Amino acid sequence: MSAVGAPLALLAELTHRCPLQCPYCSNPLELARASDELPTAAWQSVFEQAAAMGILQVHLSGGEPTGRKDLDVLIAHAASQGLYTNLITSGAMIDQARMESMAAAGLHHVQLSFQDHEAGNADRIGGLRGGHERKRAAARHVRRAGLPLTLNTVVHRQNLAGLEPLIELALALGAERLEIAHVQYHGWALCNRKALMPTRAQLERANATVTAARERLRGVLAIDYVVPDYYARRPKACMGGWGRRFLTVTPAGRVLPCHAAETIPGMQFESVKERPLAAIWAQSEAFQRFRGTGWMPEPCRSCEQREIDWGGCRCQTLALTGDAAATDPACELSPYHRRLVAIAETESVAEPPAFVYRRHGNTPGEGGKAGLC
Amino acid sequence: MSQRRIVVSDSVPRFPRHVQFRFDETRGRWIVLAPERVLFPDEIAVAILQRCDGAATVREIASALAREFRAPVDTVRDDVIDMLQTLADKGVIAT
Repeated sequence: MSAVGAPLALLAELTHRCPLQCPYCSNPLELARASDELPTAAWQSVFEQAAAMGILQVHLSGGEPTGRKDLDVLIAHAASQGLYTNLITSGAMIDQARMESMAAAGLHHVQLSFQDHEAGNADRIGGLRGGHERKRAAARHVRRAGLPLTLNTVVHRQNLAGLEPLIELALALGAERLEIAHVQYHGWALCNRKALMPTRAQLERANATVTAARERLRGVLAIDYVVPDYYARRPKACMGGWGRRFLTVTPAGRVLPCHAAETIPGMQFESVKERPLAAIWAQSEAFQRFRGTGWMPEPCRSCEQREIDWGGCRCQTLALTGDAAATDPACELSPYHRRLVAIAETESVAEPPAFVYRRHGNTPGEGGKAGLC
Repeated sequence: MSQRRIVVSDSVPRFPRHVQFRFDETRGRWIVLAPERVLFPDEIAVAILQRCDGAATVREIASALAREFRAPVDTVRDDVIDMLQTLADKGVIAT
């Protein structure tokens, strides 16, 4: 086996519980129950192992990570190991005291999600009445605690019209960074694709808005922008390449190369309950399966871009072609690419269906919801 | 709304509280940890960043580096300003 470098970052999905129900949630359709969640000591061990194997940053995420009562203890433990700690939160459960105690525990940075720039549409998308106002308050708490703030918004056909005021909102709330990410379509987002897919014209307007804002706000607000795949010509380097830079630990302790990897059937993901993190990273079958370029089919294997995009997204490829090892249809060299573009062009102009909100009991195929997706 | 900070000779560069510049034992090199970002500065950048202590001005940093690397001080100062401005725009350096 070729030597594998150390990963840069760990995405710690502490829980799948969340007060929001965003229809593009990156959590799996089968949400973990509270009773499945790793206990405090197990997460502490994960952070110790992560630091020892050279991981530099830990993203505390979920679900809603502040749903964990032991979050301060986990932050303090991660920080004590030298890990850079980033909280990825909806902000809906954070008051000033909670924010101050997380800062005191050693939290380095907060990434706060917004669903739109104004409460009406934002609360409709997030499925939590009053959520937007609570998020605005959370942003103030972050600033008062003296921590740097990134706003993050997933954009789609039902909120792209508000992109410019969203940038203004980030400035008004004192954020240093803004992440604008188009939806990546697997799991809940794939199920809601018809309700989310933007038109090509919407995308082009968004691209122009971001380009202009980056220029205008240089040194004031850094804007990270994740473009969508369906209108792309080449795939993105999903996760910086499978098993190259990132790993995810799920609420129940399974270790994944990407947070959506469990959608790929037939793969066995090992657990921190059974094997050391470093061994899973270096040796487990799941991490080796799509690592590097050896697994690639043609035309990927001989493509000049193979170590730039690392073959794109395996989960999306599976969802669209039925074969996780095929060429990513986002690439114009894929035989499925034209179908992908046709899907986007057709769905984006049709009347959007109602959202299938992300919550227990709404899972497609369960409780009478079959056929929605 | 805040303003873009322009790095000049009199600027006193430093790392904001939420940015860490440290040696990483695993990789055997210096790293900068910032929100959702890890930077791997090259040798020259490390020499500059090691002098960003919140006391030295850009002019003083450039003079020290010019002596150390036996390079023309004006060129060094321009390079130092370029690099620090790029990092300031990313929020990695404060002045």
